[in-house]
Amino acid sequence: MTLLGKLDWSAIPFDQPIIMGASGGMVLVIVSVLSWVTLKGYVPYLWREWLTSVDHKRIGIMYIILALIMLLRGFADAIMMRAQQAVAAGGAQGYLPPEHFDQIFSAHGTIMIFFMAMPFVIGMMNFVVPLQLGVRDMAFPTLNSVALGLTASGILLTNISLAVGEYAKTGWVAYPPLSELQFSPGVGVDYYLWALQISGVGTLMTGINFVATILKTRAPGMSYMRMPVFCWTALASNLLIVAAFPVLTATFTMLLLDRYLGFHFFTIEGQGNAMMYVNLFWVWGHPEVYILVLPAFGIFSEVVATFSGKPLFGYRSMVAATMVICVLSFIVWLHHFFTMGASANVNGFFGVMTMIIAVPTGVKIFNWLFTMYGGRIRFNVPILWSIGFMVTFVIGGMTGVLMAVPPADFQLHNSLFLVAHFHNVIIGGVVFGLLAGYNYWFPKAFGFRLDERWGAASFWCWFIGFYLAFMPLYVLGLMGMTRRMQHYDVASWQPWLLVAAVGVVVILAGVVCQVIQLVVSIRDREQLRATADPWDGRTLEWATASPPPAWNFAVLPQVTDVDAFWKMKQRERKQQVQPMKEHKFEPIELPKSSATGFVTAFFAVVSGFALIWHIWWMAGVGLIGVFLTVLAFAFRSEEEVKVPADQIARFEQANQAEIAA
Amino acid sequence: MNVAVAIDDEVPHEAAPSTSEAGPAPKRIVVGFGFWVFLLSDIVMFASLFAAYAVLAQATAGGPSGLQLFNQVSVAIETACLLASSYTCGLMSLAISVRRYATVYLGALITFVLGAAFLALEVREFAGMIAIGAGPQRSAFLSAFFTLVGCHGLHVTAGLAWLVVMMAQVAIKGFQAAVERRLLCFSLFWHALDIVWVWLFTVVYLMGVVS
Repeated sequence: MTLLGKLDWSAIPFDQPIIMGASGGMVLVIVSVLSWVTLKGYVPYLWREWLTSVDHKRIGIMYIILALIMLLRGFADAIMMRAQQAVAAGGAQGYLPPEHFDQIFSAHGTIMIFFMAMPFVIGMMNFVVPLQLGVRDMAFPTLNSVALGLTASGILLTNISLAVGEYAKTGWVAYPPLSELQFSPGVGVDYYLWALQISGVGTLMTGINFVATILKTRAPGMSYMRMPVFCWTALASNLLIVAAFPVLTATFTMLLLDRYLGFHFFTIEGQGNAMMYVNLFWVWGHPEVYILVLPAFGIFSEVVATFSGKPLFGYRSMVAATMVICVLSFIVWLHHFFTMGASANVNGFFGVMTMIIAVPTGVKIFNWLFTMYGGRIRFNVPILWSIGFMVTFVIGGMTGVLMAVPPADFQLHNSLFLVAHFHNVIIGGVVFGLLAGYNYWFPKAFGFRLDERWGAASFWCWFIGFYLAFMPLYVLGLMGMTRRMQHYDVASWQPWLLVAAVGVVVILAGVVCQVIQLVVSIRDREQLRATADPWDGRTLEWATASPPPAWNFAVLPQVTDVDAFWKMKQRERKQQVQPMKEHKFEPIELPKSSATGFVTAFFAVVSGFALIWHIWWMAGVGLIGVFLTVLAFAFRSEEEVKVPADQIARFEQANQAEIAA
Repeated sequence: MNVAVAIDDEVPHEAAPSTSEAGPAPKRIVVGFGFWVFLLSDIVMFASLFAAYAVLAQATAGGPSGLQLFNQVSVAIETACLLASSYTCGLMSLAISVRRYATVYLGALITFVLGAAFLALEVREFAGMIAIGAGPQRSAFLSAFFTLVGCHGLHVTAGLAWLVVMMAQVAIKGFQAAVERRLLCFSLFWHALDIVWVWLFTVVYLMGVVS
């Protein structure tokens, strides 16, 4: 079996009914979707218009589709964990054996952070940022497509681990020495490491792309202090990606060298230093929190201003707060492990810094509140999520500050109090923000709004379910329950865990409402048809058609103010300008579609899988494949396609006619 | 709604808008800037490896230390090769701007040879250390040493491959705008490797021998 490395039939867990059922279901869904697409003859369309597309809007939508699918996968893990802990009290062992439970909590954390929250945030930025900047695409469109491909590769590898082999049993942080070969000899940690290395490279590409896009390509007149707040938060988030992800890559490389070549970075032998991994991991890990939440703050800023019908209160302080958080996020990492045993002064420093970082966040909360104050608020679904966020996030933030006190943290470290805290800020901050953004920008992406009633139902289920599911965990943490327990002996914990399980069921109802909302909205799309500007928006994405043409703007807008589009509308009203004058359109050059991203992703999966299973020849094939793909891209003759002026003119006329009607 | 079209004609164009209001930058600027951002990220990765090396520099686990292993002469020649290759790379960039094919090829050739010589010396150093039982598996210090220096070596290798591809592009496509942008990025990359090496030389080889 050397031809296939460590891979043989024993890798597939035939004796585990739960795993086989889940992977069987997954394979069935994939096969049926693929065959439906093939039979309907959609393959050429998908290939031409989506898989090889380098259009930032299409790429953004594909990111979000991936994220939503992974939300379901990660949520399934959550349901299983809550169900297990609800029943495994006293002598009971529940229905999940320890080695399976361990894989589930590791997969849940990894998937939710890297493959749900990250692609969702990146997808949102991809779709919105170039439109808000008033430009036609990202700085590097093909690189953008490659980044999407690499993210998808990481997702695919992680999901393959369900059926072939096993996943890490180390938790989503994979601390050594547990994650070293000595204690984790299986392929689980290798799946974790290679999936995250590959998708991490994609994320870094995204970061570079956005920094270049935001700093170097903005519509004429858009100086820094005229950029929409979402663009500012996207800039901060991507600066953090550029500065933090290389640390993760280096750290995982060291762990891989330990595991594959017998190095001694974090091992017990050879004077390795396991705490160095923990430090390096959180030097990436804490900025990562802000990579996720800052764009969510940006979404709330756009939503609150739009639905209050007022300019954002304190634009400058919002920008300053964002950038302060961006910098401070790099000097708080040690609060993740006060118990390491650093000196009291070191712990004191990081504790104080952690409390200080709450100040700019507080500034933001007040800015949103003052924006709403005196405004005429329209209670559409996006603003519901925003208000739900403000309440929830403040609670989560306060428990965070509580744990920033080192002596308190020594009690709460690794307890369910911590689990409750970070779900409180990540669900209440990031997920609520993304769902607000999803409801807010959906009409821009597809030309019709999402159903309001199902959207509101989904919000209320999520909101109430969240409190039911996570408030009991605070109590349990204070009662002394540690995280990641497959079973427990303390009978008094069980009632609280039962409440938490009920909470998860309520959140499930919210997820179901969301699926129904999407289906109902697609069915009723004619009634829900949206104009270019369905919410009376303030920023440039609402200045172009819904969905926008491939070239976004026929003529690049001239920006004179923050809330550029709002000012344009005001001026138009005042001067009674006929919006459509005879205008000579110039032909527009658009980046040419390219299969580079898709092919690179294919070879990345091949090499990743081969490296996990020690199939060295196949890893070589994959790496050479990646190299040749990039080479072919470098030697292609055409880089751009020209959209003729009359096509643009025809589109603009049709669009104007639709608005007039 | 194409308000932009209507507004476009009415806003008085100022004589010279400030850089931040000038609209999208030309492609050459965007590509160069993006590559700078990549280099910064690459330097952050090296910084993590440097940090790991600093933490583990004394963790020899009873094995050999830097003082016993490093050969200053060999490292000095390596350094000279790499610094000289940066100079020839600079000459190549000048030749590109005046479109002299022969000088470009000559500059690239010398750069390649010097880079390859650097790599050969490094491989010889590694092989010698492994032969006397001071491989990366010996101690945490040696793990960190091989990873840090080897990562730089891998970058040089990638740079050499890139240089070959670029010369093929110059030969086939001539000095097109895209080729010229890539050559700009290559020279940025090559100089950045030099900067990393200066740090590496100081932190690993000089400080390693002093302490």
